[in-house]
Amino acid sequence: MVEVKLRGVKKYFGKVRAVDGISLDIRDGEFIVLLGPSGCGKTTTLRCIAGLEKVDGGRIYFGNRDVTYLPPKERNVSMVFQSYAVWPHMTVYDNIAFPLKIRKYPKAEIKRKVKWASELLRIDDLLDRYPHQLSGGQRQRVAVARAIVIEPEVLLMDEPLSNLDALLRVKMRSELKKLQRDLKVTTVYVTHDQVEAMTMGDRIAVMDRGKILQVGSPEEIYLKPANVFVAGFVGSPQMNFFKVKVEEGIKLSSSFISFKPPTELREKLKPYLDRYLILGIRPEHIYLRGYEPPNLKEVVKVKGHVDFIELLGSDTIIHVKAGNDTLLVKVPMRVNVNLGGVIEVMLDLRQINLFDEVKGEAVR
Amino acid sequence: MLNPNGRELLKRIALYTSVTIAACWILAPIIISLLYGFASPEDYYDKYKVIPLHFTFKHVYELLFVLDSFRAVLNSLAVALGTIALSFLLGLPAGYALAKFVFPGKDTLKLLIVVTRMFPIMVIAVPLTVLYIRIGLSDTLIGLVLAHTAMSLPFVVLITSSIFAGIPTDYEEAAMVFGLSRVSSFLRITLPLALPGLAATAMFTFIISWNEVFIASVLMLVNRTLPAHILTMVTYGCPDYYKFAAISIMVLPAMSFVLIARKYLISMWGITIR
Repeated sequence: MVEVKLRGVKKYFGKVRAVDGISLDIRDGEFIVLLGPSGCGKTTTLRCIAGLEKVDGGRIYFGNRDVTYLPPKERNVSMVFQSYAVWPHMTVYDNIAFPLKIRKYPKAEIKRKVKWASELLRIDDLLDRYPHQLSGGQRQRVAVARAIVIEPEVLLMDEPLSNLDALLRVKMRSELKKLQRDLKVTTVYVTHDQVEAMTMGDRIAVMDRGKILQVGSPEEIYLKPANVFVAGFVGSPQMNFFKVKVEEGIKLSSSFISFKPPTELREKLKPYLDRYLILGIRPEHIYLRGYEPPNLKEVVKVKGHVDFIELLGSDTIIHVKAGNDTLLVKVPMRVNVNLGGVIEVMLDLRQINLFDEVKGEAVR
Repeated sequence: MLNPNGRELLKRIALYTSVTIAACWILAPIIISLLYGFASPEDYYDKYKVIPLHFTFKHVYELLFVLDSFRAVLNSLAVALGTIALSFLLGLPAGYALAKFVFPGKDTLKLLIVVTRMFPIMVIAVPLTVLYIRIGLSDTLIGLVLAHTAMSLPFVVLITSSIFAGIPTDYEEAAMVFGLSRVSSFLRITLPLALPGLAATAMFTFIISWNEVFIASVLMLVNRTLPAHILTMVTYGCPDYYKFAAISIMVLPAMSFVLIARKYLISMWGITIR
C-alpha cells in the first residue's frame, strides 16, 4: 500500500547487463506486470525490488522511503516464488505463521491472521499437512497465503502460475487478480505469458534486454505498440510485418500492395520519403472478403493464394501468400476456403502500425 | 530355453547369492574376532573346537584396564569428536560457499581440495613431527585433532557442498524476504534441512579419525589413541585372543555409531530425506 519508484536501476552480472537503467513508477495499489522473454531482466528487476539483488546503480523508493540499500527484511515486501519455496520441514500452518513469528506478533494474533489468510485461499483444511503431502496448486496457495498474511506494502510475484497445469492456471489467474483487487496491495507480477499480462495487469511494462520498451494499459500495449518488439511479442498469432517503401505523393508500396495511407498519417510520413518502413497489422484486422464488418471504411484489397489453414476451434488462421510475403488472417470458425485457392482479403487501414525500419520505433 | 518363471527364479538365486557373499565378506571377520576375542584360552587352543564354547571377558578387561586401553579409547573419542567439531567449523562455510556462490577459480579450488588427499601421509609424517615438537604440539590431543582435521576436511567440504547444493536457494531467500537476516535464515531454514546429511558427514569424519593409525602412531607417544595403542600393545609376543579382543574393542564403538546413524547415510549420497 505504497507507490514504488525505480530510478535508473542497474544490475550487471559480469559483462551481462541484466537490468540496464530501468525507471518505472508503480502506483499505489496497482497491479503492474513485467512482461518479456526469458533473460530480459524481469525477474532480476523483481529481485532488486525485493532486495535479494544488490543494485549496481540507480535508486528504489517505496513511497518516500529510499530502500535501495536496505536488506530484504527491512523492506516489508512479500514474494511468491516461481518454485513456491514453501519450506518442506514446516506444516502449512507453520509456513504461513513463520513471517508473523519473526515479526513477534502475539500468539492469538498469529492464529487469527493465519485463519484469515488460509480461509481466503481456501486451504484452511490443510493446515496440519506438510508440503510434500500437497499438490502443486495447493502448495501455490500456501505460498500466496504466506505472502499476504503480513499485509505487505508491496507484493512481488515471480511467474507464480508457470508450474501449474493449463486449466488451473486460467482459474488462478482470475482468483489472484480478484485477491489483489480486494487487498489493494501494490503488486509487481513477472511473467513471460502475454495472456497473463493482458488479463491481470492494470498496466504492463514490456521488457527486453534489460530495458523497459513500453509501459501502458493492456489496450495501449496491444493496439498502440511503441516498437516492433512490443508489437511482435504481444498477440497470438503474431502481428504480420512486411516492408513498405514510402513513395512520391506519400504512397506506401510493398511486394504485393500499393496504397495511400489514411490522411492523418500522411503528414508524419513525409520525412520518410523514399525510405523503407515496417508495416504491422494484426491477423484479426485483416478480413476475408464477405466476412468484413459493415462499417469498414478505409481498406486495401489484396489477392493471394491459401498456403496453409490452421483450425483453432473458435477461429481459423489462414496463411495467405501474397507477393514475397505471407499474411496471417484470423477469421471466424468455419469459412469456405480451399488450400491453394485464390482469395481476396482486406487490410483495415485504421489498424495499421508503421515502424521505423532501423530503430524499430513506431511512427506516430 | 527357460520359461519366464524359471528365469525369474534364476535371477533371484543370483541376487541372493551375491548378497550373501557380500554380507559374509564384511561380517565374517567381525564375527570371528568377536568369537575369539571372548573365547577362553583353553577353547581357543583346543584343536577340536572350531567354534569356542566357553567365553570370558578377561582379555577385554585386561586390555582395557591393565594395559591401559581404556584411556586410549577416551583419547580416541576425544580426538574424533574434536576432529568433527573443527572440520565442521572450517568445512561447513567452505561447503556452503562452494554450493551457493559463483566466484572465479571455483572449479580449480574444488580440484585442489581433492589434490591435498593425493599427497601420501608418509611423506609429511616426519616433517610434521619435527614441526610439532618445535611448537610444542607433539603428543597432544590438539595436535592430533589438527592432523585428523587436515585429513577429513576435504571430504567434509565436498560432501557438505553437495548437501547444500541439494537445498534450493529459494527456501533461504524466501526466509530473507519474510524477515530473517542471511545468517538466521541459514540457521533456521537450510541447516534443519541439511541435518540428516550433516549427521552422515559427521559419522564419516568420526570413522576417518577413529580408524587412523599411522599419523597417530608417529605423533603420539604417551597419549596414544586406540589404534596406535593397540598397535604397540598387541605385537608378536602377544597371544592371539588378545589380538581378537583388541579388534572387538576397535570395531564395536564404530559399529554402534554407524548403526545408530545408518538411516542418515543414504542422504550423504545426495538423496536427502524430505
